[in-house]
Amino acid sequence: MELVNLFVRSIFIENMIFAYFLGMCSYLAVSKTVKTAVGLGAAVIFVLAITVPINYLLDTYLLRPGALSWLGAEYASIDLSFLSFIMFIAVIASMVQLVEMVVEKFAPALYGALGIFLPLIAVNCAILGGSLFMQQKNFTGFSEAVTYGVGSGIGWFLAILAIAAIREKIAYSNVPAPLKGLGITFIITGLMALGFMSFMGIKL
Amino acid sequence: MAKEKTYNSAKEEEKKKEMILFLSDSEEKEHFLSKANRKLLSDPLDDNNPITVQVLGICSALAITVQLEPAVVMAIAVMAVMAFSNMIISMLRNMIPSRIRIIVQLVVVASLVILVDQILKAYAYDVSKQLSVFIGLIITNCIVMGRLEAFALGNGVYKSFLDGIGNAAGYGLILIIVAFFRELLGSGKLFGFEVLGHQGATLADSTGLYALGYENNGLMLLSPMALIVVGVIIWVQRSRNRKLIEEN
Repeated sequence: MELVNLFVRSIFIENMIFAYFLGMCSYLAVSKTVKTAVGLGAAVIFVLAITVPINYLLDTYLLRPGALSWLGAEYASIDLSFLSFIMFIAVIASMVQLVEMVVEKFAPALYGALGIFLPLIAVNCAILGGSLFMQQKNFTGFSEAVTYGVGSGIGWFLAILAIAAIREKIAYSNVPAPLKGLGITFIITGLMALGFMSFMGIKL
Repeated sequence: MAKEKTYNSAKEEEKKKEMILFLSDSEEKEHFLSKANRKLLSDPLDDNNPITVQVLGICSALAITVQLEPAVVMAIAVMAVMAFSNMIISMLRNMIPSRIRIIVQLVVVASLVILVDQILKAYAYDVSKQLSVFIGLIITNCIVMGRLEAFALGNGVYKSFLDGIGNAAGYGLILIIVAFFRELLGSGKLFGFEVLGHQGATLADSTGLYALGYENNGLMLLSPMALIVVGVIIWVQRSRNRKLIEEN
């Protein structure tokens, strides 16, 4: 039950885009058509589901204050948490590279569909943000980290899918010229985020 | 054959020139703040603003604009990271193999961000708590990577430094404008000072505007309003600067 609660929270209430604005750059740049949006969204779910649990293990057994105590009592006082940014980003960059190679070898069709988006994901703030929030939340188990990674990925996917569908329709509307493109997208995202705030009070 | 040789020697010549340029970059014949260099600083403020035109670095820009103070600190932190990472990458630009350049850039940026984070934790702990993960997210702020890719890899050290400062200033400008309106309309304060007067429990206790029955607009404190404020800024900027209007 705890896990279901966390899953729903991470999709709707703590949605990466509407609550924290993470991954906005690619959200705005790649949301012109539904097809590309689905490709990028799927890649984000994939990478978040892998990197958040790996970074959780790294944080628990290497970086946290006292995490090194499995090496022996004299290492228990070492605090390596200042290294977490560089470790996390290194894991993310290398995992993205690895995932790209594995997908290319074993699932060429999926690779063709994701295409350029996979390498782009290394610099998507939603991915690093997922790991940093994971560190802040002090999860107590591996399964929580997996749930959080998958859930926040799905939340991001839903958000980019929705905005892409809206932008496809709004192309036929008569928007004031200076607002066309970027401006109206910002305002629509703001209104959608207001809508998502209504999930705030829900508890499971 | 001969042609190839001249081509090669021309290439070498170019390399030498580049080397000389690279070494004496800061004392080019060009004046210290020549027109071209000033353009590097002023362009990102309006015509080529990183947030409203290039659409870079929005991720961290919006979540921290409820108050002016964290917005200003964030702008300064981004400026420091961008100026120095642009400078370092520009120094290394002839040595980085292009295949692994993303990883090299990430390492340089991440080390600078760690420095900024530690300094903030030491000297401005409250603000650092308020910014929480968003300092760490400067690493993946597209604005930093974008400028490294687009500018620092192809230009001299001093120019890249100026480009970093200019783009960070353009970013900071939008951040501060958004934070100004959100803090003023949302809580009636600027930098924590009650500029619109004090709001008491009843009308009689209140001073300034509040005594006339003015109320704060709590909606401005919610995060979605940051997006709408940026949308309005884009609207205003593009109706003044017609050449920025998009086709669709």
